[in-house]
Amino acid sequence: MKPIRAVEVQRILDQLKKVDLYLHLETTNGAYAGLHNDAATPVGAYIRNGSIRYQRGTIKGEGPYRVGLKMDSGWVYAEGLTDFELDESGRLLLAGHDSEGRITVALELSTTPFPM
Amino acid sequence: MERQVLVIFPHPDDETLAVGGAIAYHAHAGSPVTYACFTLGQMGRNMGKPFFANRETLPLIREKELKDACSILGISDLRMMGFRDKTLEFEDPELLVGIISDLIKELKPSLIITYYPGYSVHPDHEALAFATVEAVRRLPGAERPRIHCQAFSKNHGKALGERDVILDISEVWETKYRAIKAHKTQTAARVEQIERSLAGNAEERKRTIQSLSQEALYTYRF
Repeated sequence: MKPIRAVEVQRILDQLKKVDLYLHLETTNGAYAGLHNDAATPVGAYIRNGSIRYQRGTIKGEGPYRVGLKMDSGWVYAEGLTDFELDESGRLLLAGHDSEGRITVALELSTTPFPM
Repeated sequence: MERQVLVIFPHPDDETLAVGGAIAYHAHAGSPVTYACFTLGQMGRNMGKPFFANRETLPLIREKELKDACSILGISDLRMMGFRDKTLEFEDPELLVGIISDLIKELKPSLIITYYPGYSVHPDHEALAFATVEAVRRLPGAERPRIHCQAFSKNHGKALGERDVILDISEVWETKYRAIKAHKTQTAARVEQIERSLAGNAEERKRTIQSLSQEALYTYRF
C-alpha cells in the first residue's frame, strides 16, 4: 500500500459509483488491548462481503482521511485512513495504520466477492 | 519421547509464540508432531513493521510464514483447517469438538498441546481450547492423551498456580527464535527488540538467551 493520494482515490470512488459492489469494512484496536492496559478494552467490528451500491462516494481530510459513501438508504463511513492500493484484481483497498504499522481501520470495495 | 504430539491452535504464530520451544523440544527428541491450525489469522492487526501486507494479502503471506515456521520447528504434518479468524466462538461448538475428536481418533496422540481454557485471552483461543478439552473429556479415562496447556491471561497465575511442565529448551532456543522470525508480519517489532538485546552487553545477551531457553506449561486436570 502507499500513502493516500486523495485525488486518485476520489477518481476511483467516482468510477465505482452506481455499481453493485462487495464491501469489507473493519475497525479494531486488537484482541489484546486489555491485556497490558487495564483502561483499554478490545473494540472491533467487521463486515466482509456486504452488498453495497452508492450514488456518491467522497474522500475528505488532509490525512488521515475520511471516506463517506452515500447509498439510497444509508451511509458507509470510515475515518483514520492513511494508505491505499488499487490491487491487481481491481479492488480498492483503503486502510489506516498506527505508528507501529498496525491496521486500525479498513474500507475495501470490489466488484467480486472477497475471499473467505 | 512421545508416540505422537498433536498441537491445536487457531492462528499461525500461536504455535511459535505460545509453545515454540515445547514443539521444537519434542520434535528434537524424535516425536512426530502434527499441528492443526484452524485459521490463517486473516484479521490480524500486525502487517509487518514497516507494514508490507494488507488485509487481502495477509492470509497468503501468513500461510507462507506458517509453513516456514513449521519446518523450522520440526512439525512434519501441518493441517490447515480452513476456518476464518475471529469466528471460532460463533461456530457450533459440536462442529469443533467433532473435528478434534476425528483428529484424535486418526492420530492417537499421546500428548495434546493447546491453550488453557479460560486463561488464554483471545476468543478464538478460548473456543478451541474448550473444544479440545471437551473432545478429550469424552474419551474413556484410559484412552485420554495428556494435555499440556499454555495460559497468559492476567489472572492465570493466581487461578492456576505454578506451571508443572518445565522444559529446558536451551538446546533449541535458536530454533524457536528462527520460528519467531519466520512470522515476520506478526513479530517484526518483537524481533527488533530481541536483536537489540542480543547485540547488547554480555549480561543482557545472557538474560535474553535465558528467557528464550525456558518454556513452561500446565498439565490440564479434569
